[in-house]
Amino acid sequence: MARSYDDILTRLIRHLERFAGPDVAIDEDVELVTELGLDSVKVLDVILEIEDEFDVSVPMNLLADVRTVRDLATVIHQILTSPAESRP
Amino acid sequence: MTLLGKFEKLREDRTALLATGADPFGMPIDELYSPTEARIAGRRVLLAGTNNYLGLTFAPECLEAAHAAIDHDGTGTTGSRMANGSFAGHRALEREIAEFYECRSAIVFTTGYQANLGMISGLTRPGDVLMIDADSHASIYDGCKLSGAEVLRFRHNDAADLRKRLTRLGERAASTLVIVEGIYSMLGDRAPLAEIVAATRECGSCLLVDEAHSLGVLGEYGRGLVEEADVLSQVDFILGTFSKSLGSVGGYCASNRPELDLIRYASRPYVFTASPSPSVIASTRAALRLLRNGKDLRVRLWEHARKMYGGLKRLGYRLGPEPSPVVAAILDSREQALTLWRGLFERGVYVNLVFPPAAPGDKSLVRCSVSAAHSAAQIETLIGAFAELRDPVLAAGRDVNSACAPSLRSS
Repeated sequence: MARSYDDILTRLIRHLERFAGPDVAIDEDVELVTELGLDSVKVLDVILEIEDEFDVSVPMNLLADVRTVRDLATVIHQILTSPAESRP
Repeated sequence: MTLLGKFEKLREDRTALLATGADPFGMPIDELYSPTEARIAGRRVLLAGTNNYLGLTFAPECLEAAHAAIDHDGTGTTGSRMANGSFAGHRALEREIAEFYECRSAIVFTTGYQANLGMISGLTRPGDVLMIDADSHASIYDGCKLSGAEVLRFRHNDAADLRKRLTRLGERAASTLVIVEGIYSMLGDRAPLAEIVAATRECGSCLLVDEAHSLGVLGEYGRGLVEEADVLSQVDFILGTFSKSLGSVGGYCASNRPELDLIRYASRPYVFTASPSPSVIASTRAALRLLRNGKDLRVRLWEHARKMYGGLKRLGYRLGPEPSPVVAAILDSREQALTLWRGLFERGVYVNLVFPPAAPGDKSLVRCSVSAAHSAAQIETLIGAFAELRDPVLAAGRDVNSACAPSLRSS
């Protein structure tokens, strides 16, 4: 099922809040590692949750250039809006 | 940031660590007395962090074989087997590993790290999928990077989670390699291998099991978790290292798949590195014979493992989920872990200090590995040192993070 970018962003932020704690304000421009304090392993653990929420596979390979919440939401959006046969 | 500027933070962290006394990540060992004792900083120290599970590093049979190989074949091979050829010892060790696992063939790599790099990058390429346990060793992650295949993770030791993710892949599950470990090196927990085999076969994927920490430790003949779980014939690729229970250095993969022989030509970490030295191959072959017939060693190893695990648990240390030769105390802060590690060292005990992200989750570990070569008295000494340090470690937790209750609770 295709989802809008905004829908993905909202759900992604909800997951990130669980990992980063409630006191951190999260928007699209926030950097996952330097600002949210998530190390590389925690980012991967967020991905496990995202994969289950959207029933999709998000390969680690696509995360190399991900810095911000927007980058991550964009990757997930691209996977979900690509034709099913070309998805990971 | 300049090319070398990125090391500044590392320099600061290292300087701060050295200021506390010893360097936990670069301990200079002056002389080895035995598999369990060494001279460090001028004193005799009990070694309990060496992964020397069967204690074979000074076994007379292994020493003799290594000496003879040096005399006969020289000190090194000076190149790759692809260019310099395969010595008789290389070929014999591969035959013996294949026989040990009752498999069609085996391939030897120069290190255990390269065994994972070589097998993962040799088996998969862009367009394939790698499905790995989330707590996999760095060599597995690095092999995945080298392969270029798409890398997915499943929740640690969760076969249902694995099945769900393989099902999600649909037809691509058939071009997927699943990777798990027998015993996980940090907390000593073992994979639910029968369930993982079932999920993998059901979805038509291949399975590679890394027995680095379970070779010689599990199974009647020491073949690892594949033997203990009685799934040896259902695992596509069995991988392991010579550098723990076999007391040398190197790695291997055994398989019934005829394609294993072709991996040699497709695996850069196999092709572009020097092959193992004759003495390494010879001592490994001798150690493999001792391992296979070493039921008594495994009985002693597990006696020590259970005694150590039970002893620390009774003291209130939080440990991994099950007894194993790897016994790791889980601490809430780096300071607690460093206090415990330093206290043990001051009491003449050397173990491993592990900081995140090398340890799973946010925790720091003080990790011990027991050996069949330890004496019962040495295990008592270890537990005694942990007992003396329980209260200082709790205090370190309070000093550093008073808002967070220090935790040494059992789990």
